[in-house]
Amino acid sequence: MNPAQDTGRQETAAPAIELRGISKAFGSVQANKDISIRVMPGTIHGIIGENGAGKSTLMSILYGFYKADAGEIIIHGRPTQIPDSQAAIRAGIGMVFQHFKLVQNFTVLENIILGVEEGALLRPSLSKARETLKHLAEEYELDVDPDARIEELSVGHQQRVEILKALYRQADILILDEPTGVLTPAEADHLFRILDNLRAQGKTIILITHKLREIMEITDTVSVMRRGEMTATVKTAETSPEQLAELMVGRKVLLHVPKGPANPGATVLEVENLRVVDADKVERIKGIGLTIRAGEILGIAGVSGNGQSELLQVLGGYCRATGSVKINGQEIDLTGKHSDGQSRRARGIAHVPEDRHHHGLVLDFAAWENMIFGYHNAPEYQKNALIMDNAGIVEKTEGAMEHFDVRPPIPSLPAKSFSGGNQQKIVLAREIERNPDLLLVGQPTRGVDIGAIEFIHKRIVELRDAGKAVLLVSVELDEIMSLSDRIAVMFDGRIMGERLPAETNERELGLMMAGVTGSGEAA
Amino acid sequence: MDYATLLQILDSTLRLATPLLLACLAGLFSERAGIFDIGLEGKMLIAGMASGAAAALSGSVWIGLMAGIGASMMLAAIHGVASITFRGNQLISGVALNFVASGATVLIAQSLFGQGGRTPPLSGAARFNPIELPFAEAIKAVPFVGPFYADVLSGHSALVYAALLAVPITWWVLFRTRFGLRLRAVGENPESVDTAGVSVIRLRYTAVAITGLLCGLAGAYMATGLQAGFGREMTAGRGYIALAALIFAKWRPWYALWATLLFGFLQALALRPDVIERSFGLAIPVPALDALPYILTVIVLAGVVGRAIPPRAGGQPYVKER
Repeated sequence: MNPAQDTGRQETAAPAIELRGISKAFGSVQANKDISIRVMPGTIHGIIGENGAGKSTLMSILYGFYKADAGEIIIHGRPTQIPDSQAAIRAGIGMVFQHFKLVQNFTVLENIILGVEEGALLRPSLSKARETLKHLAEEYELDVDPDARIEELSVGHQQRVEILKALYRQADILILDEPTGVLTPAEADHLFRILDNLRAQGKTIILITHKLREIMEITDTVSVMRRGEMTATVKTAETSPEQLAELMVGRKVLLHVPKGPANPGATVLEVENLRVVDADKVERIKGIGLTIRAGEILGIAGVSGNGQSELLQVLGGYCRATGSVKINGQEIDLTGKHSDGQSRRARGIAHVPEDRHHHGLVLDFAAWENMIFGYHNAPEYQKNALIMDNAGIVEKTEGAMEHFDVRPPIPSLPAKSFSGGNQQKIVLAREIERNPDLLLVGQPTRGVDIGAIEFIHKRIVELRDAGKAVLLVSVELDEIMSLSDRIAVMFDGRIMGERLPAETNERELGLMMAGVTGSGEAA
Repeated sequence: MDYATLLQILDSTLRLATPLLLACLAGLFSERAGIFDIGLEGKMLIAGMASGAAAALSGSVWIGLMAGIGASMMLAAIHGVASITFRGNQLISGVALNFVASGATVLIAQSLFGQGGRTPPLSGAARFNPIELPFAEAIKAVPFVGPFYADVLSGHSALVYAALLAVPITWWVLFRTRFGLRLRAVGENPESVDTAGVSVIRLRYTAVAITGLLCGLAGAYMATGLQAGFGREMTAGRGYIALAALIFAKWRPWYALWATLLFGFLQALALRPDVIERSFGLAIPVPALDALPYILTVIVLAGVVGRAIPPRAGGQPYVKER
């Protein structure tokens, strides 16, 4: 039974989804405040906002994970209660989560029918799903091998399975939560083509993202959320990225940090024939070489999992490797007892790790404690041979927090109580304050709000201008393009080539990231 | 070793493998649904006691069987409440239940019968008696196959055949039915089940209940089929051996059959030191032979026999991420 969908087909004038005065509080935190929104059928509606702005809460209410404290949900003109996911599915709502809800060792078909099997036996359901899938694949460019196991599929294909799951459940409203976060540019393009097709077939799509470019590229209307409130809903054609950023943050934001030409000096980092073999005997880095000079930012672009993480870990001192790495002309130890993080720091390498929760911070420890990790043996932090100078450290932390605009500037607060952006600033402050020769930065703005991104980018450029070498690893092509002085693209443990930002474009880099070299052959 | 001796050993292999197989399949259901169950041992033990006691009191093996299943399912329910509803640590809950079973069985048996924690010896209708398979006598004359059919396959109690039958049934349920699909999914990624609008809690309770049922059969077989009555600690680590067999079997029903037959074979061998001495001319002390299945258990658990990938969500209580 699907009354909501039926009315939708008859009265296309009614919004596919209308939310009226939705409010939701968690304790004292008001996650959603009196939110109203109208999404017209057959459109792509973007919802944009910083972390914690309340986007996910709102969508969870729509998908039956939460019950709103107040407000109404009207689907195709009909007030609808959505107490659980099953009700959302019945109302024709499908959700593609940021983290896929797929069973890794099931086939595509098994995943598709899970929960909507036709009867107690699987065989009829499987053959029906196979038929339906064939039609869906033709209709929407959604081809996936129905008998492939999920774990054998690329992330892009896994996402298609999620979309197929929703369509198989006859969703006519599709919610996608940060869908491009895990995709290569080519996969993202394909996704947008799929979304385009779905819209053309009359499906309604809600796209949650923090990427302004995607909003501008694909949506018809866009709603901006800030601190639990819907601050604006505008037609995409009538707005600009700058205006949206301002609406999100509440002040003017520079989307691209201004930076002068690089002024490279002596070579700081020289890597030759670096190889990394992991515990499973898989070669993660297959003999790469690169150099970075003082006053230069080298950006490493690539889809995650192509050896960039291992590169950072080798240089940061927590992954063994073979080959040669020189800092300021001197060889460093890659396998022996001087291959640890401590020795690296002593050689002037600072590291802002990709995964700040696991490698950058101890979340339960106070900010001031986090501010000295890795440097805690430094003489200036000791009172005498036995006791650390805690009061002094707290004081220094206060200074650093102010300097790096960490909010709230309270050294005693545990790291986990800061927002993603402020956590990252703590890590950045710790590493930059020590005045390193080489800064390794992995995913500096992952999970970081747009306002903090501006600040972090500025700091990285400042460090370069102060004559330091910077190795930047990021999966965000925008970030690589706007910060780097040179760009190296990694694919499958190799460097596919180097480009100057002014002489390349996203398309070329995207192809290299997918393993296609300049001459068009696959590596 | 002559053919007749081999058949004798295979015959006891089948008998000894039966409780292991039932317990192994019990663990399979639970673990495939993402609930580790180290408490197979305790459930078998309490089922053994309950069935032994009930059969002795009522004189009917079937009442004994029901009591065994009931007792085992009760422990399973406690494990379910602890690990599913209250999201407790599944290993600790399992270990605790093993202790409870170990103590409670002796206590109850002692207070009921006053025979040092044993239940009285069972006979007649209070035991599972051997069933002759059809044509066993007639076919026996056929060389090779005949004696195998008559001496190894025929002449076991109903629960042995039930255990063997449970293998294809488990396979069919797991891989051919909606319930099986959901059960496997909930052990791999409960979120996928939850977002599909299916209750994770209900599925896991069902799985745990099946575990209780099968452990009940295993325990009842110990006390009323394999032996004639319950004795203190009579399961002797079979629950743990079944767990090892489950890992050996990579959580698959048919492999579980072969794995438990192997363990059963080693146990059967330990009963016949004379055969080994005759065949190999080597006198291995009986305690060393008795240790064989346990040594194999250690080897299996140490991961020597290749990599076994457990269900991905195994051991983790499901907390709805919102």
